[in-house]
Amino acid sequence: MTAASPASPAMSWRPVLARGVVLRHDRVRGTDLLLLPERVVVLDGSAGGVLRLCDGVRDVAAVVTELAVRHPAAPVAAEVPEFLNRLRKEGWLR
Amino acid sequence: MTAPPAPPTPPHPPGPPWALLAELTHACPLRCGYCSNPVELVSRSGELSTEQWSEVFRQAGALGVVHTHLSGGEPLLRRDLPDLVAAADGAGLYTQLVTSGVGLGERRLAELNGAGLRSVQLSVQHADRVTAERIAGARSFTAKERAARLIREAGLPLGVNAVLHRGNLDDLDGLIRLALDWGADRIELANTQYHGWAARNRAGLLPTPAQVERARARVARWRERLGGTLELVWVAPDLVDATAKPCMGGWGAVSLTVAPDGTVLPCPAAGTLPGLDPPNVTHRELAWIWRESRAFNAFRGESWMPEPCRGCALRTVDHGGCRCQAYALTGDATRTDPACRHAPDHPLVEALVQGAADCADPPAYVYRGGVR
Ligand code: SF4
Ligand code: SF4
Repeated sequence: MTAASPASPAMSWRPVLARGVVLRHDRVRGTDLLLLPERVVVLDGSAGGVLRLCDGVRDVAAVVTELAVRHPAAPVAAEVPEFLNRLRKEGWLR
Repeated sequence: MTAPPAPPTPPHPPGPPWALLAELTHACPLRCGYCSNPVELVSRSGELSTEQWSEVFRQAGALGVVHTHLSGGEPLLRRDLPDLVAAADGAGLYTQLVTSGVGLGERRLAELNGAGLRSVQLSVQHADRVTAERIAGARSFTAKERAARLIREAGLPLGVNAVLHRGNLDDLDGLIRLALDWGADRIELANTQYHGWAARNRAGLLPTPAQVERARARVARWRERLGGTLELVWVAPDLVDATAKPCMGGWGAVSLTVAPDGTVLPCPAAGTLPGLDPPNVTHRELAWIWRESRAFNAFRGESWMPEPCRGCALRTVDHGGCRCQAYALTGDATRTDPACRHAPDHPLVEALVQGAADCADPPAYVYRGGVR
């Protein structure tokens, strides 16, 4: 996978959770969850942190920049746009 | 008739439950022939109060429940429904209203939306108005059309739920087109489960194997055509398929049901099982009920299983099938679900399915009276 360039459409949309999708922390299980009408998605370690930045104001490039500051060693530029795109295809982000 | 065995000690403490089915009331303006609610309904005066339901949601959230279906009967008949939605939402639960659509006006929906309602599941009986109302035993089609429109206008996710049986399996295309017209995100095509009132109408509801085969082929074609724009969920007809269903994802494994009077059950149909002695939220904490009660441990795990389940590779998939069906058909809840082709009692189911195939003129539905 190659990182999308900052000007590409993959970087310029402003992700936000779709209507009816709720992101919450599950204190009982110690994990982040996405709650949907008939489904619960258990998010792995960092995914919840990425989605919390998806406020419909930041574009993908801004989300990536923010995460890169927080986690300088992580391959965010390579992985985050792809991850967000996957969730958009599922209909969980718009 | 046999009582369930002494509660086996579960191999390990159960994980927390994910979901709560809150049956807020048994009262309902519809009288569907396939209704799986019990024959004996809880009266309006026997229902939990607003405060008691709020406490149920609070305890459920603390126990690990993240999702609740606010169901019935018709939950809109609870005048305090917006308060109940707010209480469930406040307890961290994702709220889905499961409704017939009757009584869902613009103001009501706005109140529910404001209280934190997240999505709505709307039942539909048939795409043809007259047939739909015959199945539902009540005028309801116009109300459903309006409800669907309002739900979409409010921007809430809309799921359409159709219980399938002899009288509508051939209308599968119509049902899917209706869901598309109504702007649904999802349609659940759930073959009838013969519990509660539905068991009385089994002869009128049980489809022929040929009907099921045609419907299944149509679902496959629609899936291809729609490619995910409308989510299609097919809940298989266990009797016709001769395959046990993974009832509730396992007994006391994923979810709990609270009946209108506060009775807590591992499965909505389990109230009929003799000797289960189901606990009630007005006497016990939900956490105790989930972890310790005899009812929730009766068929948890695998130690209760008879042969052939005990040695069967599928036992981790279907959990030995439905306990309530085993009881309904054999009088013994501990037997392998007769729906399963390997079950010693499967000939009972074969005879029922053969009976449906041979019957050219199924009996009319028996409708129930109202709830007081
Ligand atoms: S199945 Fe029909 S009659 Fe039974 S509760 Fe649901 S809408 Fe009411
Ligand atoms: S024998 Fe039991 S476990 Fe095996 S498929 Fe049948 S019901 Fe399921």
